[in-house]
Amino acid sequence: LKTDAHCNLARRPLVAPLVSVALAMLASSCKKDDPTGTAPAVTSAAAASVDRAPLKVAFTYVGPVGDAGWTFAHDRARKTAAEKYGAAKVTTTFVESVPESADAERVFRDLVDQGHQLIFGTTFGYMEAMLKVAKEFEDVRFEHATGYKRSKNLRTYDSRTYEGAYLAGIVAGSVTKSNVLGVVASIPIPEVIRNIDSFTLGAQSQKPEVTTKVVWINRWFDPPKEGEAAQALLNQGADVLLQNTDSSAVLQTAEKAGKLAFGWDSDMSKFGPNAHLASAVINWAPYYEKAIGEALDGTWTTGQTWWGVKEGAIDLVSLSDKIPEPARAKVADVKAGLAAGTYDIWKGPVVDQAGKTVLEPGAVATDEFLLGINFYVKGVEGSLPTSK
Amino acid sequence: MDTLSLLLAASIDAGTAIALASLGLLLNERSGIVNLGAEGMLLVAAIAGFATVVHTHDNFAGFVAGAAAGAALAAIFGVLVIWLNTNQYATGLAASLFGTGVSAFVGVPYTQESLGEHPASAIPGLSEVPWIGPALFRHHPIVIFTALLAVGLSWWLSRARSGLVLRGVGESPETAHALGYPVRRIRLACVVAGGGLCGLAGAYTSIIYTPLWVEGMTAGKGWIALALTTFATWRPLRALAGAYLFGGVTMLQLHLQGEGVNVPSQLLAMLPYVATILVLVFISRNPALVRANMPASIGKPFYPGA
Repeated sequence: LKTDAHCNLARRPLVAPLVSVALAMLASSCKKDDPTGTAPAVTSAAAASVDRAPLKVAFTYVGPVGDAGWTFAHDRARKTAAEKYGAAKVTTTFVESVPESADAERVFRDLVDQGHQLIFGTTFGYMEAMLKVAKEFEDVRFEHATGYKRSKNLRTYDSRTYEGAYLAGIVAGSVTKSNVLGVVASIPIPEVIRNIDSFTLGAQSQKPEVTTKVVWINRWFDPPKEGEAAQALLNQGADVLLQNTDSSAVLQTAEKAGKLAFGWDSDMSKFGPNAHLASAVINWAPYYEKAIGEALDGTWTTGQTWWGVKEGAIDLVSLSDKIPEPARAKVADVKAGLAAGTYDIWKGPVVDQAGKTVLEPGAVATDEFLLGINFYVKGVEGSLPTSK
Repeated sequence: MDTLSLLLAASIDAGTAIALASLGLLLNERSGIVNLGAEGMLLVAAIAGFATVVHTHDNFAGFVAGAAAGAALAAIFGVLVIWLNTNQYATGLAASLFGTGVSAFVGVPYTQESLGEHPASAIPGLSEVPWIGPALFRHHPIVIFTALLAVGLSWWLSRARSGLVLRGVGESPETAHALGYPVRRIRLACVVAGGGLCGLAGAYTSIIYTPLWVEGMTAGKGWIALALTTFATWRPLRALAGAYLFGGVTMLQLHLQGEGVNVPSQLLAMLPYVATILVLVFISRNPALVRANMPASIGKPFYPGA
């Protein structure tokens, strides 16, 4: 009855004997080459020139690509970026369902071995593995999404998902009747806590008395658990749900129960025609185009990037008819303000759960402040799980 | 009060897949066959049911397809262990690995596909009773069916002639054979029926409970059902209660988090397993009772000629 491992969907092989099978699958069947044109390898060999060979770019995903969610958003951007440069210049490969464990390191090493020159890791849990492999292969460039550890050939990038959460919060605050919102949260890291807080702040900008309940499931992708957590929140009176997990299960649970919810990371309107209020989406394509472009022309250097509405990386799309007109106008205003750089979501006074002022009136949060958020704002219920 | 009623309803929904699978395995084991392939049957049925609903938009067809897929995998297992006398444990493990792999492979194009809308189901009249209605009578028919099935099986195994014959086959296949009962065919029927019930459990998981297909989505429910069968000392009503208890603690730990209870969520996530084991160990603490209920020929091959 060693069930914990079984629950860890798609992240860890099911049982010990399966490890080798899973690894073999990672190496072969899960991996799909996706050249956007015809046989680039042959032409490059004929050209007999190293710098004319297409740049080999690899992406590693934590879940299956599927039809929606975090990994789907990354993969769509991969395709867009690959199309922009064409198969003669760039070939892209992806490996899906790579667990956030020692297996990740093997996958990265394998990708280097196959001659990839630019490798993207798209989940927080790859951080140590990428750091280690990047140190070993200094001529390969690594890009890590949502991480904070860098080296001279490992840089980090992220999107300001909290802007999407805030916009969703405005909508949630305008439609909630019970004044209780629910968030199905994944793993207690600043990114997720920041999203819960921003969602709550957005809702409170419409209705100050709104509170948010949170359930942590300690997984990024576990649809049955996501659904159960959503059900628990609905049972406790929450009538609008947001999830910081990767599947559409929360939205579908809201649909079944006749309540409201959002899509996250990609447009999920088709999963809950009645429940869907809007989708907070991430568009990674501008960043992937930039990164590949820099690798192609040799201007790639380490650093960090954090893009949001302003750079076209974050948006709130597919707004439902259920959203009242004033809230729509407010969403449009905030979006315009964020794009122009004139609107600040995290602007004082901001008070934390315990009543302590964390941002003085008028003060605007710096990126450093935002990256380190480790507290719930006033109105979020429960206590924060202690993370490492 | 209202919250408690909803919590009870959610617990029953959460426990139903395990209950169905557990009842199927119980039927298997009462006839003397242990099928460790439960997880594989659940997964094969989950993708078969899901894919059928995607193409036909008919939930009923999905359940039929799921049950058929579970039964088919069970039939292969049954022929191997009953006629060819392969080792039941090894064959079951192989069936489990096979089912897990095949479902993942077949399921790739269906990953995160949408099933569209689901009408809510409720029993007219009874579902309007305050408190009890929302807790017990606003479920999908398969949930109600599972509870009735446990009661029916319990009666059948202890009262009906055919049920007693089945138990006889499990207790002493040689005696049943000498009395002229077709031991192998009876065992195969039980294995196939058990596979069908595991199939229903899988289809319920992917069509109703979490209307999605994801690789490995049954998350070990088959293994839990296997353990539950033993801990419930092969009694249908105890298996049903154990499954609901598991569902209850699963929902309770999420509920406590929503209430803001300050306990590490990782610890809470462990609770369903711990609680179910503790309670069932307590129930089955008397070894004589367990032995008395345990089918005597379980796991042992049967050679009619010998």
